[in-house]
Amino acid sequence: MRPELELISEWIRPGARVLDLGCGDGALLAYLREHRQVSGYGLEIDSTNMLQCIQAGVNVIHADLEAGLADFGESSFDYVIMTQTLQAVRQTEALLDEMLRVGRQGIVTFPNFGFWRCRVQIALQGLMPVVKTLPYQWYNTPNIHLFTLYDFEQLCRRKHIDILQRMVLDHAHRPRLGPKLWPNLLGEIALYRLGRA
Amino acid sequence: MPHTFPPDSVGLVTPQTAHFHEPLALDCGRSLANYEMVYEIYGTLNSDRSNAVLICHALSGDHHVAGYHDEDDPGKPGWWDNCIGPGKPIDTREFFVVCCNNLGGCKGSTGPTAINPENLKPYGPDFPIVTVKDWVRSQARLADQLGIAQWAAVVGGSLGGMQAMQWAIAFPDRVRHSLVIAAAPRLSAQNIAFNEVARQAILSDPDFHHGHYYEFGVVPRRGLMLARMLGHITYLSDEGMRAKFGRELREGKMNFNFNFDTEFQVESYLRHQGHAFVDRFDANTYLLITKTLDYFDPAADFDEDLSAAFHRTQAHFLVIAFTSDWRFAPARSREIVRALVRAGREVSYAEIPSEYGHDAFLMPIPLYHETLRGYLARVAREVNNRAA
Repeated sequence: MRPELELISEWIRPGARVLDLGCGDGALLAYLREHRQVSGYGLEIDSTNMLQCIQAGVNVIHADLEAGLADFGESSFDYVIMTQTLQAVRQTEALLDEMLRVGRQGIVTFPNFGFWRCRVQIALQGLMPVVKTLPYQWYNTPNIHLFTLYDFEQLCRRKHIDILQRMVLDHAHRPRLGPKLWPNLLGEIALYRLGRA
Repeated sequence: MPHTFPPDSVGLVTPQTAHFHEPLALDCGRSLANYEMVYEIYGTLNSDRSNAVLICHALSGDHHVAGYHDEDDPGKPGWWDNCIGPGKPIDTREFFVVCCNNLGGCKGSTGPTAINPENLKPYGPDFPIVTVKDWVRSQARLADQLGIAQWAAVVGGSLGGMQAMQWAIAFPDRVRHSLVIAAAPRLSAQNIAFNEVARQAILSDPDFHHGHYYEFGVVPRRGLMLARMLGHITYLSDEGMRAKFGRELREGKMNFNFNFDTEFQVESYLRHQGHAFVDRFDANTYLLITKTLDYFDPAADFDEDLSAAFHRTQAHFLVIAFTSDWRFAPARSREIVRALVRAGREVSYAEIPSEYGHDAFLMPIPLYHETLRGYLARVAREVNNRAA
């Protein structure tokens, strides 16, 4: 987790206002508060996670992302962040729109389904892929939308979302040469910084 | 033989009385020249007086929030004893806990049952209507007397949560954390409607005597009982009532009698609650506090903009709601959270699954108590860091 926090925090302006969608135990917000002096909130639906945020002194708001972000005003945050969550929500498109309505910029991370191991498992074994970044079986996975880097970038183009920055990493969030050269084939995790003019 | 109290109880407690001789100007335009406030304290105030927590009570609550009054006949402990004590979520090993009976109450603080110095008779209906703002001002004076410049936290459920909110608005620099539980930013028309039926029940009791029933040696029992029964329906949820009472019959069969004795368990529960309440509560206080609820509306002073009301607050907020609470539903708590977010304030919001309805805020629901415990552990850490 640590390297991902560091990479994201490099994209965050100090003192910014941040909304973290599906904030988990609040580790990212706690990290950003300490290293980037950000203020803001995490949204979380899981009670155990919510409790951990509260214990850690991270502002957490119990909320269902599927219901949208109607409680939040337009451009009321500098960044709206969604780490490893986009693939697990039903309203993917609507949530991307909401993200860029509420935030001036969006930061998204997700597992790349185009990673070569995924391709090999489905092509040669004929089985749904199980890899480090997608460790679940098809019948118990929370990840209901699987997509590749190219899929995501196509959607961004169609929705007139600007990709301001991209980083493609291995499963341990290391920026290696392979993913840099062949991102959609060798990249396991993608980080995007998004905006909309 | 003296009773031994559980180790996580604050044990035997004695209410104290604070006397005030400076007139207190009230929102209604009148003022109280002299008044008393009864309160209880648990735990120890630390040397820099930074660990004080104020508990605000709701409609029928009072200053006796934890522990026992009688060593020989302990009976029931204070109304929130499951949450306050050594090792409990509001940990008296960390905090100095204060709870007072609000003005207008009937448990020792100056209210309708007190003697009016002008005619040496009980105030009765002549007692001025007090608002949440008045209460908070009076609590601030109590804090002054106790030497508490700033609360580590102000905590309250229901009407108590409204006071916790008002504290942060009225005295931004005197509250570090405001815990607003099962509350609402103001009453809905439906809430006011229920209050009005409760009031009419009391007002139409022949023993009410326009509020001067003390002089007639009677109390409007039937009216107050009805008001409490109605209140109790709004404190429980449909599913909770079904789980607790179902359609259980007391005698196992329907009697088809036209005498309307209690047949269903829920009837007997409500009658019991109503009866018990009449013996411990004053009808004028009940009337007064329902008006206090109706009048609460912090946004009204800020052009109906609740987030503007929160703009000057400095406290960190914890807002808690319960899923089956339909009196002050989670949507009402989310209104508070939304306004706080718009005002850029620090806030966390927890929605606790429960079938207890509005009453849930008094129940030891594990997730609820863990949430309070987790939050207050952090408040205690801050207190200890300041002291260090």
